[in-house]
Amino acid sequence: MSQQFKNQAEHDAYVEEKTKNSSIWSVIMASSLGTLIEWYDFYIFGSLAVILSTKFFPADNPTAAFLSTLATFAAGFVVRPFGALFFGRLGDMIGRKYTFLVTLLIMGFSTFLIGCIPSYETIGFLAPVLVLILRLLQGLALGGEYGGAATYVAEYAQPHRRGYWTSWIQTTATVGLFVSLIVIMVTRTSLSAEEFDSWGWRVPFWISILMVVVSYIIRRNMKESPLFAKAKKEGKTSSNPLKESFGNKYNFKYVLLALFGAVMGQGVIWYTGQFYAMSFMQKVMNINAEQVDSLMAIALLVGTPMFVLFGWLSDKVGRKPIMLIGMLIAIFAYRPIYDKMFKLGDFSAKQELTEKAISLASVNVLEGAKTDSIYTSEKYYADGSYVKEIKTKHLENGKIMLDDKGKDKVEIKITKTVDSDTKWTLALLVFIQVIFVTMVYGPIAAFLVEMFPVRIRYTSMSLPYHIGNGIFGGLLPAVATYLVTSGKEAGHAQWYLEGLWYPIAVAGVCFIIGLIYINGKDKAVND
Amino acid sequence: MDSIKKILGIVWLVLAAFILYLGLTVLGIQKLTSGKQEDLVFGIIIVFILLPIVVGGLGMFGWYALQGEYAKNKR
Repeated sequence: MSQQFKNQAEHDAYVEEKTKNSSIWSVIMASSLGTLIEWYDFYIFGSLAVILSTKFFPADNPTAAFLSTLATFAAGFVVRPFGALFFGRLGDMIGRKYTFLVTLLIMGFSTFLIGCIPSYETIGFLAPVLVLILRLLQGLALGGEYGGAATYVAEYAQPHRRGYWTSWIQTTATVGLFVSLIVIMVTRTSLSAEEFDSWGWRVPFWISILMVVVSYIIRRNMKESPLFAKAKKEGKTSSNPLKESFGNKYNFKYVLLALFGAVMGQGVIWYTGQFYAMSFMQKVMNINAEQVDSLMAIALLVGTPMFVLFGWLSDKVGRKPIMLIGMLIAIFAYRPIYDKMFKLGDFSAKQELTEKAISLASVNVLEGAKTDSIYTSEKYYADGSYVKEIKTKHLENGKIMLDDKGKDKVEIKITKTVDSDTKWTLALLVFIQVIFVTMVYGPIAAFLVEMFPVRIRYTSMSLPYHIGNGIFGGLLPAVATYLVTSGKEAGHAQWYLEGLWYPIAVAGVCFIIGLIYINGKDKAVND
Repeated sequence: MDSIKKILGIVWLVLAAFILYLGLTVLGIQKLTSGKQEDLVFGIIIVFILLPIVVGGLGMFGWYALQGEYAKNKR
């Protein structure tokens, strides 16, 4: 189809727009691929946490267990903001391109090396120490990566399309999680259980190095961001970005506003939709892990394009309204959504096929003494649902052991397999939560970039982002679990919804601050 | 709107104090004194790293709001 132009100027503008679009696509591909790989690297550690603990952090060794806890919390909460400060400073002083090349390499090599470390059985105490060091390096690299990629793309983008172009960076966290689930799933299914346990778990870590090399080659050939290159040429870059960002009241008040008026709410909504939903189905509803993984993957896959949609929309109507509407809907929708989810896991009204029910009893024996009595029951239902319950009573000298409260020490593990209709309904309910995630997260890169001047942008936007996501979002599982457990012990009728008070309260405060204090009109990035 | 921003500054200061109280009594001290090593790490991170960032940050935000730093003419 040929394009018609009224005059030469219109033709030239059209050609210029096309050229810009083609060059920005290569910028987006280079930036997004690297960021996606970094998220992939970060998530495979979490996804393989159970097997990693058996290889590196044996539970019967208190020092190893201590290192394991440190690796889990420190990398997620503490090190990410430090990475943001360290690499943000570098990015504002020497450039965006070189800094996010460094973060990519650190992340890639750390991930690869985790896959190469001999197990605790082979090298002893050194194994968990090395894993901890590499995990901390992963956290540092992640802290420096996102701000660089978002800033780099934003400084290339045309002003009226900045939300749209940067939203591609926003898809990478979700796609990285999705890719990590797929790679682990494919590796597991391609190998026997013994092979995967013996060496197969290392494959997802090794794969990372191939992706990093490709991404490095692509990124290496990119030019520096035009706005930063111009600032550097004119000698307008900062000599002390940390001092200018956080020691200067004028800028620091905007760092605080970004954190408490936008990123804090975005962080909890992101974690609720993508992680709490998963853990709620597994731990509170007791649905089997494979079903949860597959329905999460469906919801994430279908929901991912919405990041781009809301990024695009934010160029038309503004970043603030979309993010705040997303937060507001999430605040009011979470409890009804999770109530519905919980009720879908209630099998009491289902028609049981009693003739198929199975009950078994067995004992574990160690050196001639009975250690556990195990009762297994299986129930089948007319709609295809199925429940397996394993009740384990721990014995000592032939008697049931007592817990701290003097009651019988009994462990009950329930695993539910839901019917197809229920599975799709759950996928839909998770998908709705992913939409909230895309509304608050899609426009936020453009929003943060527009808030800070070019000379200290990388530093100023990275810190609130990683505190909001790492601390407020990262705390969600611990706080929500505490609230659910307390609610259950106190006998609340809807104890299973208690964990939602944390994201609701944090997003609520964030909504009020965002609504009242944020001025959504500043879209300049070349200041 | 500027006066609402200022008045709300007090709310954010009170909220910061409330989070400090909750963080210490409900999560922090309980975890620090539970005797489990896993809880100890979490407690240390809550009390010595997370609470100062959250409470300090929200307190500063409230203080700036109260001082009128977010008023239209200060942008």
